[in-house]
Amino acid sequence: MIAMPSVWIACLTLAQLPSTSTRLDARTNILLGSVLVLLGVAYFVGRALRRQPESTANPAVVRTFNLRVRAWWMMFAILIAGLLMGYVATVVLFGLISFWALREFITMTPTRRGDHRTLFWTFVVFTPLQYVLVGLREYGLYTVMIPVYASLFIPARIAIAGDPKRFLERVAKIQAGLLICVYCLSHAPAILSLELTTGSPEARWIIGQDAQRQPIYGSNASVLFFFVLIVQLNDVFQYLWSQLLGKRIIAPQINASRTWEGLIGGTLSTMLLGMLLSWATPFGMFWAGLISGAVALAGFAGSMTMSGIKRDRGVKDYGTLVSGHAGVLDRIDSLCFAAPVFFHLTRFFFSKL
Amino acid sequence: MNLTAPFLAAIAKLLSGATVRWHECQPDTCQRVYFANHTSHLDALVLWASLPGEIRNLTRPVAAKDYWSKTRLRRYMAQCFHAILIDREEIKVHQSPVDVMIREIGKTYSLIVFPEGRRNPGEEMEEFKSGLYYLSKKRPDLELVPVYIDNLNRVLPRGEFLPVPLLSCITIGPPIWLEPNESKAEFLKRAREAVRRLKDV
Repeated sequence: MIAMPSVWIACLTLAQLPSTSTRLDARTNILLGSVLVLLGVAYFVGRALRRQPESTANPAVVRTFNLRVRAWWMMFAILIAGLLMGYVATVVLFGLISFWALREFITMTPTRRGDHRTLFWTFVVFTPLQYVLVGLREYGLYTVMIPVYASLFIPARIAIAGDPKRFLERVAKIQAGLLICVYCLSHAPAILSLELTTGSPEARWIIGQDAQRQPIYGSNASVLFFFVLIVQLNDVFQYLWSQLLGKRIIAPQINASRTWEGLIGGTLSTMLLGMLLSWATPFGMFWAGLISGAVALAGFAGSMTMSGIKRDRGVKDYGTLVSGHAGVLDRIDSLCFAAPVFFHLTRFFFSKL
Repeated sequence: MNLTAPFLAAIAKLLSGATVRWHECQPDTCQRVYFANHTSHLDALVLWASLPGEIRNLTRPVAAKDYWSKTRLRRYMAQCFHAILIDREEIKVHQSPVDVMIREIGKTYSLIVFPEGRRNPGEEMEEFKSGLYYLSKKRPDLELVPVYIDNLNRVLPRGEFLPVPLLSCITIGPPIWLEPNESKAEFLKRAREAVRRLKDV
């Protein structure tokens, strides 16, 4: 029932769009509108499925579906709120999501008493600092702060704490958490800071000589929305193709529901969807398809990696780890892996560097 | 009742990310003794904060005087959540901690106690101190409610003063009572087992 308030928030914000917002252009509004309709349909389908007898609809599948739809409403509401309030607000909201995901990640991975101060640095210094740098649009700093400086600081701080037991393992856990939950995800709001063009001069050798360098204004919001939509629907496509044709499971011990058929079918479907939605981006149909393919593969890699970590720890969902929590990390695993890929492709080929 | 108490409770809940599970037990304003495993200074505060508001106002944690009266901030916080401060160093004959507790709670308040007596650094719970037994012997009408606190020792371990905001979980289990003719050792073992069992539910 959490969905209902967010429906109203979404309706209210959409109703106000033409008068209050100059940042969201027509393309974004069309994209948002169609997603809203889709989500509405998904919501009512979910409700109808819940009333079906158990013989026609598997209750576990229906439950998962409804949880997903609820998470999408939340994501949608957060994105809309962020986009309407501006760049800094979006960065702050993504920062909070990162913070919560990192909380789940570290809670699940066992750390030792000697890691306490290092964890304090991770939560209180590195996580906010990364988002402050993204907020300040300091590309040169936010791309190296965590992979270089935090990654060097963490082992040094653990060494100073003086506990040598399983040293490398403990370092890797904290580094991986910070990299996936904070560093990767922070590239999603950073999309809003790009100065988009129809093709960067550096990319001319690959896009073609006649590529123009016309700046596009006001469309960053629709590009960010395009990205989140592609990643989420890619998850759905991979699941559906797995259910339809899936025979060859990729890694049964890691994730028993991911199949090669699902991966290939899902990626192709996502590429097709990306091409169909290319009007919301500066990419053009061909490049929208290719970038969507890359995003689909990265999203798949994210889900597989997180499954691997979960199996190692013997939990099914991050949500069930501490029961009652929503399991933010379960919902954003593919988003985390895909964000830097999408960001860098867009930045290199379609922005003023 | 002051205004800082709900504020303090909200901060504690936010910081510890505590999930509260009532397992075969319902929130109630009747007189109870919540007894829990003890791993962090935050235990009393977070357990107290995770009770529903009306019950929280009627529940008083039992805390160590030497820790909670050390600085002005700690004294103020202890006052906020109506802590009963027990002197661990100096135990007087006519003022035994159990007598103090029974006198302080009267016919209205509930208690939060940590029968291990001190924060436990290890994985396994320590043996329970006998206070819980005498409490129950003198006031057999009190419901003894076991509570298992998970992961708070990682939020604020022994000897640290800056908390790391991880997620923790508080499981509140079905009440037990002192059986007639039950010996002290048997009862304490059973009580400890009641807390330990909540780890797996």
